[in-house]
Amino acid sequence: MIMLEKRAQPSRVWTLAAPIFAVLLTMICGGLLFAALGKDPFETIRTIFFDPLFSEFAWFYRPQLLIKGAPLVLIAIGLSFGFRAGIWNIGAEGQYIVGAICGAAVGLAFYPTESIFIFPMMIAAGVLGGTLWALIPGILKVKFDTNEILVSLMLVYVAEQLLASMALGALRNPDGMGFPGSRNLAKYDSATSWISENAGMHWGVVVALIAVIFAYVTLSRHLFGFNVRLAGQSPRAARFAGVNPSTLILICMGISGGLAGAAGLFEVAGPAGQISIDFNVGYGFTAIIVAFLGRLHPIGILLAAGLMALTYIGGEIAQSNLGLPGAAIQLMQGMLLFFLLMVDVLSNYRVTFRRARVI
Amino acid sequence: MNQPLLALTGLTKAYPGVVANKDVSFEIAPGEVHALLGENGAGKSTLVKTIYGLVKPDSGTMTLNGAPYAPAEPRAARASGVAMVFQHFSLFDAMNVAENIALGMENPPPQREIAERVRAVSDQYGLPLDPSRIVGELSAGERQRVEIIRCLLQDPKLLIMDEPTSVLTPQEVDILFKTLRKLSAEGTAILYISHKLEEIRALCENATVLRLGQVVGTCDPRETSARDMAELMVGSALLVPERAARPTGETVLSLQGLSAKAPHRFGTALRDISIEVQKGEVLGIGGVAGNGQDELVAALSGEMRTAKGMVNYQGQSISQLGPNARRKIGLLTAPEERMGHAAAPDMSLTENAVLTATTRQKLVNKGFVNWRKARSFAEDVISTFDVRTPGPQNTARSLSGGNLQKFVIGREIMQTPDVLVVNQPTWGVDASAAASIRQALLDLAAKGTAVICISQDLDELMEISDRFAALNEGRLSDPRPAQGLTVEEIGLMLGGAHDMEVAHVDV
Repeated sequence: MIMLEKRAQPSRVWTLAAPIFAVLLTMICGGLLFAALGKDPFETIRTIFFDPLFSEFAWFYRPQLLIKGAPLVLIAIGLSFGFRAGIWNIGAEGQYIVGAICGAAVGLAFYPTESIFIFPMMIAAGVLGGTLWALIPGILKVKFDTNEILVSLMLVYVAEQLLASMALGALRNPDGMGFPGSRNLAKYDSATSWISENAGMHWGVVVALIAVIFAYVTLSRHLFGFNVRLAGQSPRAARFAGVNPSTLILICMGISGGLAGAAGLFEVAGPAGQISIDFNVGYGFTAIIVAFLGRLHPIGILLAAGLMALTYIGGEIAQSNLGLPGAAIQLMQGMLLFFLLMVDVLSNYRVTFRRARVI
Repeated sequence: MNQPLLALTGLTKAYPGVVANKDVSFEIAPGEVHALLGENGAGKSTLVKTIYGLVKPDSGTMTLNGAPYAPAEPRAARASGVAMVFQHFSLFDAMNVAENIALGMENPPPQREIAERVRAVSDQYGLPLDPSRIVGELSAGERQRVEIIRCLLQDPKLLIMDEPTSVLTPQEVDILFKTLRKLSAEGTAILYISHKLEEIRALCENATVLRLGQVVGTCDPRETSARDMAELMVGSALLVPERAARPTGETVLSLQGLSAKAPHRFGTALRDISIEVQKGEVLGIGGVAGNGQDELVAALSGEMRTAKGMVNYQGQSISQLGPNARRKIGLLTAPEERMGHAAAPDMSLTENAVLTATTRQKLVNKGFVNWRKARSFAEDVISTFDVRTPGPQNTARSLSGGNLQKFVIGREIMQTPDVLVVNQPTWGVDASAAASIRQALLDLAAKGTAVICISQDLDELMEISDRFAALNEGRLSDPRPAQGLTVEEIGLMLGGAHDMEVAHVDV
C-alpha cells in the first residue's frame, strides 16, 4: 500500500525539483498526446521546446520570447502577492483589457500631438484602469463578503464586451474606412511602447524586470511582504500580528490589477499596436499557471514565464510546420499546471510503501 | 489471583525517528480501575490506540481473558468488549442524542428503542441525559455522557477513557467518578488516562507510569503522594513554582461593562464584564472552554474592537486600538491556539518572532524587517526559555506542543509587558515545562507586570493566582482572593451560580 506521510518541514529538494519534474512529465504525456494525434512525438516536443531557441531561425524567435514573456511576468508578479495572501484574483485577463483600453484612450486622445509626456500618462491611465477594475471584486468582498474568484472571473467577460464596443465604437480609427479597431499606436511615436522592435524590446520588458526586483525585495525584506505571506499561511495569526484583512485584500487586488493593466497598456502600444476585438489572447489566464509554476517566487516566475513563452512560440511553429491543432498546445499548457500541483504533494509529504494491513 | 482481563506483554511500536512504546507490559484485572500516567509524548496515546485496534504494534502480544487478542480495527476491539471514550468527541451537533448513538452502531435498532435503552442506561448509572435533545445544545459534560452511554450500550468489559475530565466542572467530575465506580463494582475494568494526579489518587487502584515509551514504575495511587507520582512521570525532582508575597500596585487595566456580540455562529457573547487589574498581581480566570475565553482574549489583544470606554489602560480607553498599538503601550497577549494563531506553523521561529515583536523590539526599520535582529531575538527566547530546537531557522510546526508554547510565552515575556494576557498557558504541556512557564509568569508579576491567566486547569490557577474569577457563558464572576477558596466554591463560581454563592459562603 502506498502511504503519504506529512513531513515536519517541506522538503527543500522537492520544492525546487517539482517544477522540473512537472515539465518532464508534461513532455512525456504531451508526447503521448501528439503521438495519438498521429504526429512524431519527438519531433513535436523538439519543435515546441528547442526550436525557438536553437534552430536556424532562432534569431527570429528569440525576440518573440521577450514579447510573450513580458506581459506574463508582469501579470504573474502581481497575482503572486494575492495568491500568497490567499486572495484569488482570477480575472487578470479583464484587468489587462481595461488597462489597455484606458491607456490607449489617453494616447488616442492626444493624436497626433507629439510630446514626451504622453506615454507616461498612458502608463498611469493603464495602471489606474487595471487597478480600479480589480478593486471591484476587492471592494465587494470586503463590504459584502462576495467570492472574489467568481466576481473577478465574470468581470473578464464584461471587459471583453467593453473591448468589443470600444473597438467598434468610441476608439475606432476614424481613418480606418469603417473597419473595427483603433489607430495603430505602435506607429505613433509619442505613444509607442517599443524601444527596439527588432530586438523585441519594449518598455513592458523593462518594467517587468523592475517588478521582479521590486517584488523580490518586498517579499523577503519588507514587513508588507511578511504580512502577505503570514495572511496566506495563517489568517488568524495575521490578525493577531495586527494585519487588517480588508486592507490587505484591497492592496493585493490593487497590485495585481495595476500590473495587469500596465501589461495591457504596453501590449496595446507595442506588439498589438491597436485596440481590436481580438486584442486579448489569454495572457491573464496563462499568468496564473506562470505564477504557480514559479512557486509564487519572483525569480521562479521569471523562469516560468520564459518557459511558457517558449511553449507559445514553439506551439505556433508546431501549428504552422507540423499542422498541430492549437487546442493541443493549450492542453499541454494546462497539463503543466496539473502535473505541478500533483508533484507538489511530494514537497509536503513523504511517500512510503507499506504492506497492507492483514485483517 | 484471578486471570487478568487484559494482559500486555512486550508491546513495542516505533515511528520514524521515535519509539512510541518500548517493551510495555502490564495487566488489568476485571473490575479494576487502572491509571495510565505519563507526560505528553510518553506514549500513552499510542498504547491505548494499540489496545483499541487503531495502531498495530511492531512486536509484543496482548491477551484478553486468556485468549490472544490482536484487533485489526476498532470494530474488532468493540466486538471483543473494549470500548473507548476519546478526548475529542465525535458527535454531530445538528442531530439529537439518540441519532448520534445510532450512527455508531453496526445494526441500529429503531430510534424509539435506542431512546429507551439510553434512558435505562442513564438512570442505571446516574448519567442524566435526554435522548431527544440536540447535541449542539449540550454542554461539554453532557456530550461526554453521550459518548460514555454509547460505549455502555455495547456492554464493554474494558472501558478506556482518555483525559475525560479536562472539559468538566468539579461537580461534573464527581458525577463521572460515581458512574465509573459503579461500573467498576459491576466488573467493568477501566483504563483511565490522565495527568491530573489528584483525580487518579481519588479514583484508581493501580497506576502504570510511562516515560519515553517505557514503563518506569507502577504504584498504588491511593498510597502514593501526588508529588512522588509526578517525579516518577518526569524522572526528576519537580520544581514547584515559588510564590513571593507581592504588594499590588495601582490599577493598570480596567474593563468596564465589556459586552460584545459573538464574533461567529459558535462563539460566545461577552456580557457586561467589569474588573480592575493591578500592577504586580496574577489574576486567574477559570472556566470551562467555550464560555467566552477566546472572545475575552480577542477583546484584550485588539483582534476584536469594542465600544469606547470598555477596555481602559491606565485610564485611557484603548477599546478601538489594534493589536500593534496595544503592544506599543505594553499590553501583550499569548492566545490559546499555538498553531495558526499565536504562531504560523510553516514559518520559521525567526519569522514567528517577527509576528508580535516588531513594535517593542524595533525589528522593523522604515518598513523593512531587520532579519538579523529578529534572528537574535528568536535565539534569546530559545535559550532563555529552554526551547528544544536545533535553531531559529526551524519551522514552528516542527516543535512539540510544549516547546512551541514555551517559545510563544517566552516571546511575549521577553518583550517586558506591563500587562500580559495568557490563555491556557500550559495546555498540552508536560509537567516540567508547565512548571517553568508558571514560574516565568510569577517572576514577571514580581517585577510589577499585571498577569491575566485564563485557564481550565484549576490547580494551576490556585497555584499562581492572587485573585480568582470565573467565566461562565460570557459573564465574569466577581474576583475573590485565591487563597482559601475551596473546590466547592470554585465549582459554584464556574457553574455560574453567582447568587447562590453569596447565600452559601461567607466572604
